[in-house]
Amino acid sequence: MDEVLLRSLTPGVLAVLVRRGADFAAAEDAVQEALVEAVRGWPAGMPRDPRGWLITVAWRKFLDGARAEAARRRREDLVEEQPQAGPAPSVDDTLQLYFLCAHPSLTPSSAVALTLRAVGGLTTRQIARAYLVPEATMAQRISRAKRTVAGVRLDRPGDVATVLRVLYLVFNEGYSGDVDLAAEAIRLTRQLAASIDHPEVAGLLALMLLHYARRAARTAPDGSLVPLAEQDRGRWDTGMIAEGVAILQSALARDRLGEFQAQAAVAALHADAPTAGETDWVQIVEWYDELVRLTDNPVVRLNRAVAVGEADGPRAGLAALAGLDAALPRYTAVAAYLHERDGDPVTAARLYAEAAHKAADLAERDHLTRQAARLNAGRGR
Amino acid sequence: MAKYLLLKHYRGAPAAVNDVPMDQWTPEEISAHVQYMNDFATRLEQTGEFVDGQALAPEGAWVRYDGEGRPPVTDGPFAETKDLIAGWMVIDVDGYERAVELAGELSAAPGAGGKPIHEWLEVRPFLAAPPTITE
Repeated sequence: MDEVLLRSLTPGVLAVLVRRGADFAAAEDAVQEALVEAVRGWPAGMPRDPRGWLITVAWRKFLDGARAEAARRRREDLVEEQPQAGPAPSVDDTLQLYFLCAHPSLTPSSAVALTLRAVGGLTTRQIARAYLVPEATMAQRISRAKRTVAGVRLDRPGDVATVLRVLYLVFNEGYSGDVDLAAEAIRLTRQLAASIDHPEVAGLLALMLLHYARRAARTAPDGSLVPLAEQDRGRWDTGMIAEGVAILQSALARDRLGEFQAQAAVAALHADAPTAGETDWVQIVEWYDELVRLTDNPVVRLNRAVAVGEADGPRAGLAALAGLDAALPRYTAVAAYLHERDGDPVTAARLYAEAAHKAADLAERDHLTRQAARLNAGRGR
Repeated sequence: MAKYLLLKHYRGAPAAVNDVPMDQWTPEEISAHVQYMNDFATRLEQTGEFVDGQALAPEGAWVRYDGEGRPPVTDGPFAETKDLIAGWMVIDVDGYERAVELAGELSAAPGAGGKPIHEWLEVRPFLAAPPTITE
């Protein structure tokens, strides 16, 4: 049973039902029921046309639901309506579904949940487990999201940037559970890239691939974080890096730079270096300059200060840091690192301990505490 | 079965026996400590006694209602607050004795010099739902 194949068919099937006049919430429920039936029935014998099978079954489920509703409220025109022998789901239908699920009227957490369910075909339980919330909570979040977008018409093009933000969130905030959310985000972005020709979609896909390629090297066997410079580069997935670089290069060739392409370019330069010492920091600083120009995001300026510290020395890095708000996340950790490189382990140890105190996640806190401990132990107790 | 909260404090608990701040340990001692904590949680999952475990950031704020149509008032953190929770583990065990036994094991997590921290942990029973049979 190829679950990935099954889920890749989900958005197209849902889009057909919506185009035939089903309201979004009911159509989405019908598709989920059809998926459940497929999981049960397909192992015994795969249909020749899986997509057609799913459309037929989902449409029937939808009609059953509509009939039950109609029985309550007497008659409903839809019941009599035969499914049109219309064309197979087109690329445009799938695309509209992405826009709908990332609609600006949804909060980010609702958009994420709805995208994973309606476009990704995950079950409510899987999504709940992935985000470590009770299933009833996630079910409520999804049904509220469906109600919010119920009145949105599917015939207007949406803004690709909103879809990309949602996919970025799924990738970046991947938690645990039996679904690898980062891999799911890559799958959905790949599917989106196949539906729309847009350099930023390609840029985001490249960014995800280039980061995901380093995943195995990012944590030690005991679960602790391994910083980029100390990662075993032999464990990076070179095939995935090559794919990311190729996608990025053809996107950049279109000469419509955006923030995801620029971020991917930074990731590509890291991936390109055989050793940490051979990293082309000068070029990385140039890409951060582009990013500052594109977004003027203080977090970008903080990352730029790190790159400047590597390209022009820790003093230059500290100077770049000087103009920034000390309340920025990771500011203190960056300051600690630059002071250590500048040969001041006493200040660095104090700042690492302070940064650990402010850390936003446990792995980062443990990592920063270890850095402080390393410097303190180096000076003797 | 009964649920208990094992509370770990940043501040407010009596001083531990092996009371050395973590950034004064060696990196290896930190790794050993983290490993011990992970193993402990894994073991409780396997025995069917683990419910939840969370760590809290050391800084937060005090918030209160400030009247109709007004935003809530926020204040703090107050340095003089005596009690500061660092994190918790919720366990579902046969009774108080088992809860104390497990808290004792958790308190034996290694610290500076690889020796147990002997940290004081607070054990608090949950107020449960009323039983079905009451007489």
